[in-house]
Amino acid sequence: MISVGLFNYWACMILMMIGLYTAIARPNLVKKLIGLSIFQVSVFLLYISMGKVSGGTAPILGEGIDTYSNPLPHVLILTAIVVGIATLSLGLALVVRIGEAYDTIEEDEIIERDVVND
Amino acid sequence: MTEILDIVLLSFMIVLAVAVSRMQNLFMAAMMMGIFSFLSAIMFTLLDAVDVAFTEAAVGAGVSTVLLLGTLSLTTHEEKVVKKNNALALLVVLITGSALIYGTLDMPQFGDPNAPVHQHVADRYIEKSEKEIDIPNIVTSVLASYRGYDTLGEVTVIFTAGIGVILLMGHIWRKEDEQ
Repeated sequence: MISVGLFNYWACMILMMIGLYTAIARPNLVKKLIGLSIFQVSVFLLYISMGKVSGGTAPILGEGIDTYSNPLPHVLILTAIVVGIATLSLGLALVVRIGEAYDTIEEDEIIERDVVND
Repeated sequence: MTEILDIVLLSFMIVLAVAVSRMQNLFMAAMMMGIFSFLSAIMFTLLDAVDVAFTEAAVGAGVSTVLLLGTLSLTTHEEKVVKKNNALALLVVLITGSALIYGTLDMPQFGDPNAPVHQHVADRYIEKSEKEIDIPNIVTSVLASYRGYDTLGEVTVIFTAGIGVILLMGHIWRKEDEQ
């Protein structure tokens, strides 16, 4: 029997850092938002991993089941997923608007053009 | 068995995330994000969060991929090649990552039923929700009743985001209408 131990949490942290790196190091604005999505998914996984009870089942009441996983993280993450898509869509709308105004969605080129215009 | 699946899926997700991060073609990156979301949906099913899994499969893999592709069609689908050295970003990420992993070391083991997470209100929801709400799915009763204010807040956020998107995109749609 393999024990997962803390592996789930470590994997979440690694995913989180990949997302953070993509968001801060990539100049492309769409890539930044993709990095943010990876970061979000890792946070969701962290919460859901903490809610898991070994030997438990999904929190849907049934005959002869007495161990359920914790339903509270599920509810919080359900809300977070929908809020995440709302922020992603707003971010993408901003990217489209920036792309229209500056004719590029690369961060360094946008800053360059701002300096020239000033 | 589920332990092996858990480790394999998480490793696959890490590989996929690195691939997405390094990819120059944004169209491919958007499609890979769809696969990434589906993998996370499988993970959620493994971790007993079925409601979260189907929301992630529908919203994360479906809607967000469509939104990303729509954005790429309005802007560009090729990322500029980055020549700049990002040593500082890598350093910041490595320090933050090690601090976070250090923080997990005294967390309870995965699946531990005595973890502090399970000691608060969750037991009450599991024991009493059938009598109080009479819905077999505990997640639904918590979402719609016990924590209804959270859902109200969520709807407010979506409404605000919707107004923001309409304000930002409105004149593009009007321009298309005029043409």
